[in-house]
Amino acid sequence: MHMEEQHHCPQESRRSFLKQSTALAALATASPLLVKAAENEEKINAYFEKLPLQLEINGQLQNLMVEPRVTLLDLLREQLGLTGTKKGCDHGQCGCCTVHVDGKRINSCLSLAVMNQGKKITTIEGLANGEQLHPMQEAFMKHDGFQCGYCTPGQIMSAIGCIREGHASSAEDIREYMSGNICRCGAYPNIVDAIMEVKQGGQKL
Amino acid sequence: MINFEYVKANSAKAASEARIKNGASQFIAGGTNLVDLMKKGITAPERLIDINALPLKEISLTAKGLSIGALVPNSVAADHETVKTKYPLLAMALNAGASAQLRNMATVGGNIMQRTRCSYFYDTTMPCNKRNPGTGCSAVEGYNRMHAIFGASEQCIAVHPSDMCVALAALNATVQVSGTKGTRKIPFADFHRLPGDTPQLDNNLQVGELITAVSIPTNTFNKAYYLKVRDRLSYAFALVSVAVALDVKDGMIRSAAMAMGGVAHKPWRLFEVEKLVSGKPISKELFTEAAAMAMTGAKTYTHNQYKIKLGKAAIIEALTKATS
Repeated sequence: MHMEEQHHCPQESRRSFLKQSTALAALATASPLLVKAAENEEKINAYFEKLPLQLEINGQLQNLMVEPRVTLLDLLREQLGLTGTKKGCDHGQCGCCTVHVDGKRINSCLSLAVMNQGKKITTIEGLANGEQLHPMQEAFMKHDGFQCGYCTPGQIMSAIGCIREGHASSAEDIREYMSGNICRCGAYPNIVDAIMEVKQGGQKL
Repeated sequence: MINFEYVKANSAKAASEARIKNGASQFIAGGTNLVDLMKKGITAPERLIDINALPLKEISLTAKGLSIGALVPNSVAADHETVKTKYPLLAMALNAGASAQLRNMATVGGNIMQRTRCSYFYDTTMPCNKRNPGTGCSAVEGYNRMHAIFGASEQCIAVHPSDMCVALAALNATVQVSGTKGTRKIPFADFHRLPGDTPQLDNNLQVGELITAVSIPTNTFNKAYYLKVRDRLSYAFALVSVAVALDVKDGMIRSAAMAMGGVAHKPWRLFEVEKLVSGKPISKELFTEAAAMAMTGAKTYTHNQYKIKLGKAAIIEALTKATS
């Protein structure tokens, strides 16, 4: 968080905020600033490098330093080694990167990590209870809901969300509300069967 | 992705002030479109102003109608009991858009602000007047299967991608905005622009203005249908879509609200067609006449001529579904 940082990003030199060197210090450990009145603008004009970020990931509190441009997906995979969450398209089109944020399924590739301050993240690694698999994991195995397996973590996270949201009342309903998860192997019929079984089991997910 | 500053706004006014202060800044809410555009280098803000802490997450029904806060997620709006029962057209349109995951992230305000999915806009190696004004439109002579048949210019033939906005246009919604000089209301039909000579401008917001809510007048329609035709059954942008809301009694259409998606740079309201069908009994002949009228004046390009036939069929189907 010093002026030297400019050297890491020479393409940024045109950017106006780097001209304002006075405020660049003392920000490394502050929580993200609130935009206040216009007179505070000069001080705000300093955020560029890593920001502190606190997340609860699979029940564990994590205190991290993250660049604003890092997506939640890249944070999970690259910084925390949680590679169960997959990067497919990286543009919100395939669903491989689906995780739960405060219990809701989202595409982690389109979520900036810093925008999840204080939230609870659940990934595929957080589903099992020790050796005891989550009912949705069991159902995917029982119904052969995958072939290559690359989309499977996203499918399972999304499937849990689908039931939680109340959109798994029929096979047709499931197909519609699971359409954000693409499976190139074409395991769809078995995926629908797995979700139907868990839904009919009535367990709280 | 080129790095940027990240700040959080604690009031709409502060957000607007910060936006004006730094011309290369942008607001971010759900981020489902903006983060994608930033990854592809189509936009490179120097600063993101996160507006998610603003108190714009309420859905409220008043004597005048429905108000939906700009930060209400698309999924929350779609599953809201009042929206489902009193504004079914809006619920149907919301559920026709994107995927369940994206609807959990994307906000109502952001949906209105989303940019075209024209493949040439997304391809930074190709000329595009919307992305780089003055470079030309690659779609006019290119693969323009997805493109506009109404209201386009030689500068841009892109279409607006939203489904929700098609329903809001039909339902006479108003966009509430807030800026440094106060608030104002923009009728939905006046919010988005046609491309003309300035296709880089999607809408009529002034710099620094922020959408705070959408309001919809009290629903007077008892029939509604949103028909979306796309390349696959779910999770794809519209080739054409039709929003229909009707007030029907004893087989007579007393009033109508209709709009199309996938055909223009903005949701395409069908005012003339509404007049045609209002006060007339439901009949197949009337729907066929309505479809023909809706497509009058369409201008097609090499690869999107099919949209005229498809558009007519979609209008007949949507009217039939709404009234059956």
